[in-house]
Amino acid sequence: MRSDLTYAEAVREALAEALAADERVFLLGEDIGVYGGAFGVTGDLVHRFGPERVRDTPIAELGIVGAAVGAALAGMRPVVEIQFSDFTAQAMDQIVNQAAKIHFMLGGEASVPLVLRAPTGSGTGAAAQHSQSLEAWFAHVPGLKVVMPTTPADAKGLLLAAIDDPNPVIVLEHKLLYRTNGPVPAGAGRVPLGTAAVRRRGADLTIVATGVMVSRALDAADQLAAAGVAATVIDPRTLTPLDADPILASVIETGRLLLVQEAPRTCGYVAELAALVAESRAFGYLRAPIRRLCGLDAPIPYAPQLETACVPQVPEIVTAGGELVKEW
Amino acid sequence: MTGVSADPDLARQVLGTMWRIRRFEEAVDELFARGLMHGTMHLSIGQEAVPTATCLALRPTDSITSTHRGHGHCIAKGAALDRMMAELLAKRTGYCRGRGGSMHIADVATGNLGANGIVAGGVPIAAGAGLAARLRGTDQVTVSFFGDGAVNEGAWHEGVNLAAIWSLPVVFVCENNQYGMSMPSTKASRTTLAERASGYGIPSTTVDGNDVQQVYDAVTDAVARARSGDGPSFVEAVTYRWKGHSKSDKNLYRTRDEIEQWRERDPITLFEAAASEMGALAAADIDQCREQARQAVRSAVQAAMAAPDADPAELADAVYAK
Ligand SMILES: Cc1ncc(C[n+]2csc(CCOP(=O)(O)OP(=O)(O)O)c2C)c(N)n1
Repeated sequence: MRSDLTYAEAVREALAEALAADERVFLLGEDIGVYGGAFGVTGDLVHRFGPERVRDTPIAELGIVGAAVGAALAGMRPVVEIQFSDFTAQAMDQIVNQAAKIHFMLGGEASVPLVLRAPTGSGTGAAAQHSQSLEAWFAHVPGLKVVMPTTPADAKGLLLAAIDDPNPVIVLEHKLLYRTNGPVPAGAGRVPLGTAAVRRRGADLTIVATGVMVSRALDAADQLAAAGVAATVIDPRTLTPLDADPILASVIETGRLLLVQEAPRTCGYVAELAALVAESRAFGYLRAPIRRLCGLDAPIPYAPQLETACVPQVPEIVTAGGELVKEW
Repeated sequence: MTGVSADPDLARQVLGTMWRIRRFEEAVDELFARGLMHGTMHLSIGQEAVPTATCLALRPTDSITSTHRGHGHCIAKGAALDRMMAELLAKRTGYCRGRGGSMHIADVATGNLGANGIVAGGVPIAAGAGLAARLRGTDQVTVSFFGDGAVNEGAWHEGVNLAAIWSLPVVFVCENNQYGMSMPSTKASRTTLAERASGYGIPSTTVDGNDVQQVYDAVTDAVARARSGDGPSFVEAVTYRWKGHSKSDKNLYRTRDEIEQWRERDPITLFEAAASEMGALAAADIDQCREQARQAVRSAVQAAMAAPDADPAELADAVYAK
């Protein structure tokens, strides 16, 4: 065991290992070379692997993703960095109409093993066009896999698994997590896509949270525990494919489900989880209505006090969890 | 063509605007460093001549689209410093009620249709504003500001082409500060930027973006062409940003020497020299312009600091228009 890595370092370590292990892997994106990435994630990789394999591009997201699709079709393993996940909007045609469809359209004869990494979420004062949580856009498209790592170990392990995967995989890295620390054992391996993590166990309440909300849910669970409420906290880690079993099993045990996401409520990802539970064998075990805590149905504002008010914070999770247990 | 630096009134106006932009951004830089301002900032220090000369060639009824580096555009088009500062300080009295911040600063009343956090996002919007002028039969002109990096985005190409085929009254003003974040514009394209525009069949010129007169002349021509129904043009103004791209820039992609050389070509100093040489401004006038800008920015900061904070209770308001 060696000292902890930050989430950003863990991502970089995964990229370095993949670049070293497989000649087909290369990186492309805006300012990932000598600048080191807008969030410093690629760091010094250009010095270690050269500008051919850590390739700076012009500001042209559609072209970048399209070129990655082509390279992937032709046998390479491109890893794209989109500077902010908001700018996937520019590249949506290549992501949705090309990358996600090609394998199916061509009868399984070709595949697009492409990874798209994108910093996501609010909390930095970057306002409406740089702060969105767009995971539901991608989760809705068959043919894409969507990953949201929340710990450094998962950031590394899921990225390595994504690079191995023969499909287009979108990895949404939360900006507020880049500087968080955690253990990443040397030689730590892949975290298979489609495996949820149960981060904490308790018999009274199931909390499922995505992205940065996992750590807020864990903080809330600590406070709830102090008040005598034992919560299970589940982190799906990959939204598609989803590992539903731990969620259903926990709901059967606790009878109460609180779903937490940063993205706006309407048509958000956790609505899918709510429907899934409602349609499942776990439904009959529910003792309380399923409850969602989500971002406001509003764009993310600039002012810090407005931004904070837009997305769920720890006290709200504590309150919602407490109410579910006490009132039902 | 008017000699801007030879006309005392114009010269005073231009110098006042450039100093207000410079002092505003220096104040923002300092507030940020002191932890009083949040988010990120893209400063245009060193580029002041482009928005100043461009907006001087426009009428108040003309409009602009702006960029993430938009403080200068906003000030040059006539916005009030106190409401801009209030926006950046997350106040309710800010131009966007604290929702937009630096990257989305706009004063719609003075014809600023919005700064934009999306590179090249404003280019097709400018074409659309031009189309509106055409359809409504006004003689308004729209200037679209963007950087050299924007010229590589699909949105840029689509917007310029629409303006070209429909002969819309739009002037595309490229502030070529030579880097798209860390990517040198010469590495991002095998053609010159003006060649790109020419490829769409519109007139294009390249001027020294640190020379007020050159920018003013080129934009004045382009505006006249647009207003008379002859369609869009492209003006490339070559300039330089002194500061990093944003607050997280370590400047690893350019040298200290290069930055120093451009600082020696400070557009404000150049203009002051030109205006005193022409006898339009005396040393005392120049000092006065500088001092007035300092005072204006200082009182904007004071007014903004004293203003009420943006209110979370109003968040759901203005998601949809009523
Ligand atoms: C579509 C999109 N891609 C990437 C970015 C991130 N970004 C913001 S500014 C910038 C550089 C823009 O360069 P340029 O257009 O030359 O303008 P400058 O910053 O030099 O004024 C980049 C890459 C963005 N905001 N929008």
